Amino acid sequence: MTRPVETELLTSELDAELPPTVGGVAIEGRSAYQLVWLRLRQDRVAMASAIMIALIALFALFAPLVAHFTGHSVNQEFHRIGENPDGSPKGPSHIFVWGTDDQGRDLLVRCAYGARISLEAGLIATAIAVFVGTTVGLASGYLGKIVDTILSRTTDLVLALPYLLFAIALVAVVGPSLGIAIAVIAFFSWASVGRIVRGQVLSLREREFVEAARSLGASSMRIMFIDVLPNVLAQVVVLASLLIPSAIVFEATLSYLGLGVPPPTPSWGNIIADAQNYQEAWWFLLFPGILLLLTTLSFNLLGDAIRDAFDPRGDQMFARTKKG
Amino acid sequence: MSTEPGVAPVQSQPTGEVLLELTDVVKHFPIRSSSLFRRDAGAVRAVDGVSLTVRAGETLGLVGETGCGKSTLARCITRLYDLTAGTIVFDGEDISRLSPRAMRPVRSKIQMIFQDPYGSLNPRRRVGSIIGDPFAIHGMASGADRKRRVQELMEMVGLNPEHYNRFPAEFSGGQRQRIGVARALALSPKLIVCDEPVSALDVSIQAQVINLLADLQTEFGLTYIFIAHDLSVVRHVSDRVAVMYLGKVGEISSSEELYLHPRHPYTNALMSAVPVPDPDLSDRRERLILAGDVPSPTNPPSGCRFHPRCPKARQDCVEKEPALIPRLGDGPGHQTACHYAVADGEDLTTQRSQLPSAAQAQDLVATTRSTEGSETP
Repeated sequence: MTRPVETELLTSELDAELPPTVGGVAIEGRSAYQLVWLRLRQDRVAMASAIMIALIALFALFAPLVAHFTGHSVNQEFHRIGENPDGSPKGPSHIFVWGTDDQGRDLLVRCAYGARISLEAGLIATAIAVFVGTTVGLASGYLGKIVDTILSRTTDLVLALPYLLFAIALVAVVGPSLGIAIAVIAFFSWASVGRIVRGQVLSLREREFVEAARSLGASSMRIMFIDVLPNVLAQVVVLASLLIPSAIVFEATLSYLGLGVPPPTPSWGNIIADAQNYQEAWWFLLFPGILLLLTTLSFNLLGDAIRDAFDPRGDQMFARTKKG
Repeated sequence: MSTEPGVAPVQSQPTGEVLLELTDVVKHFPIRSSSLFRRDAGAVRAVDGVSLTVRAGETLGLVGETGCGKSTLARCITRLYDLTAGTIVFDGEDISRLSPRAMRPVRSKIQMIFQDPYGSLNPRRRVGSIIGDPFAIHGMASGADRKRRVQELMEMVGLNPEHYNRFPAEFSGGQRQRIGVARALALSPKLIVCDEPVSALDVSIQAQVINLLADLQTEFGLTYIFIAHDLSVVRHVSDRVAVMYLGKVGEISSSEELYLHPRHPYTNALMSAVPVPDPDLSDRRERLILAGDVPSPTNPPSGCRFHPRCPKARQDCVEKEPALIPRLGDGPGHQTACHYAVADGEDLTTQRSQLPSAAQAQDLVATTRSTEGSETP
């Protein structure tokens, strides 16, 4: 019997750098993800987006610091120095760097606090939606039969609901709050994740490695989470990165309509809503608008880049940002 | 690999008792119309009454064209599919109706090696954890002990144990198949069902993997069911060979006997399709070429399923299904399901179907001399 000849290559040093973990979830796909990370690092648009997101996150995180340096707290109304005699907002000046809003509050401080709400709503709602959607998609795709029928019809139902009407009706009953806004966003976002994951699982479950696991006597749970899940994780990461901006916009929409965060708590959505009554006060609309635009644009571009990084062939085909 | 007559094939004589017994195993896949109101629109009769026995320590080859049901039969034996009818007795226990839970201890005794070395290994998991899977699933050996046993297995199948932390994508096809073999061996099974384990590999690698399987058989007293569509491979590895056609066994015999005295016309046709590595011999040889495809297993032909393509077909063949019994004075080990079994030295290439639809059959059964190439003056 012949033995393979390549045995001398890359042996000890390869093992030395890798931890001696055994079995289970702990050692899944690291080198595949390392490759993705490498490709992302080379993508200038992705890096610019990531830096932009980091800056906005820092802006939100250090909102109290912004308040401290300006000396204006978030809901403090400066009727004398912050408003024109007719009660309209004042433009940018050395006291109010981004101007004031219609109540004479510092717009810079309010945008910083608004960023907290937007990111919080976007991230939490996306996390819930991705978790629920992935679980539903896995169960529905792998278990099939009656489970699939029930879960798929539920997904169809959720996708068919008019979400704004639903949100308005819900808020009319329980009153607006950040929690309700997040719940509404998550409720209307998981279904699309569930569908995509289900489709992936349907094709994965017919692969021979799933049959191999079954012939070894693995339980459905084990197959779903250890054999199938790692193979859909790439898609889930991409979906999540694209869901975050839409959740942020969703939150802004709800707040704009008065269905999200109740005033006086600032949110980009309700600042923009207030701003539209003062068309001559350009700063009032511009700053929260630009923040919202930059945030969603950065997340979208980063999401696209992550998708490309997971699929290098597509990357070459469209050669969007690849150098060489 | 060497299949010349001079080289002794790697074989062990079957001496053990019956390890696996299939009785009238049937697997139908119902076809459902996709409309809202589901109606059964017939069934694909992938395996339609197969009875076989496999003795401990032997290798049973299973050959047949694509779509003849050999892979389905393999998945019935490993209970990846539930049977439609029939019984499977493994090691004295009827496993054909066991629940998934009751099946788990049996699964460690019956393992499978898959055809596609790329599809059968999870691309997102490391080789160490793939081979360690059987231990994890059956709660045997953990931590350092599991790693040690996995590395022993890797060494046993000719892989470098240092490659424990690599991903399947970092291995070649042959090495991947070795990983599959190591995984199948982990729980020291009694029976390994090899579903075309080498057909996706290069010929040189095929030989390596086949020799590995043969070595392991000698070392651990394994029993194999070896599925292939390549007769030369099956001949090399098998003690006995079963020829399947459209979900049924057409002929079963010891390997040498089958190659010396093929009784079923279908076996003869398969044999004549094996390339001969001698151009002179090849030129002189008449090839029996079956025309047409295997009929649909949804609606198999009546009587003998081979009759629409058979050069010896008679009216009986359409009406009566032939039993799988010894024919033409063969021993009990050589059974053929054919009313008009082929005698030694009989030339099938000159025969024509005697069916009423003979004109049609003439078209289906074409005989050619293999010399009819462009080089003939």
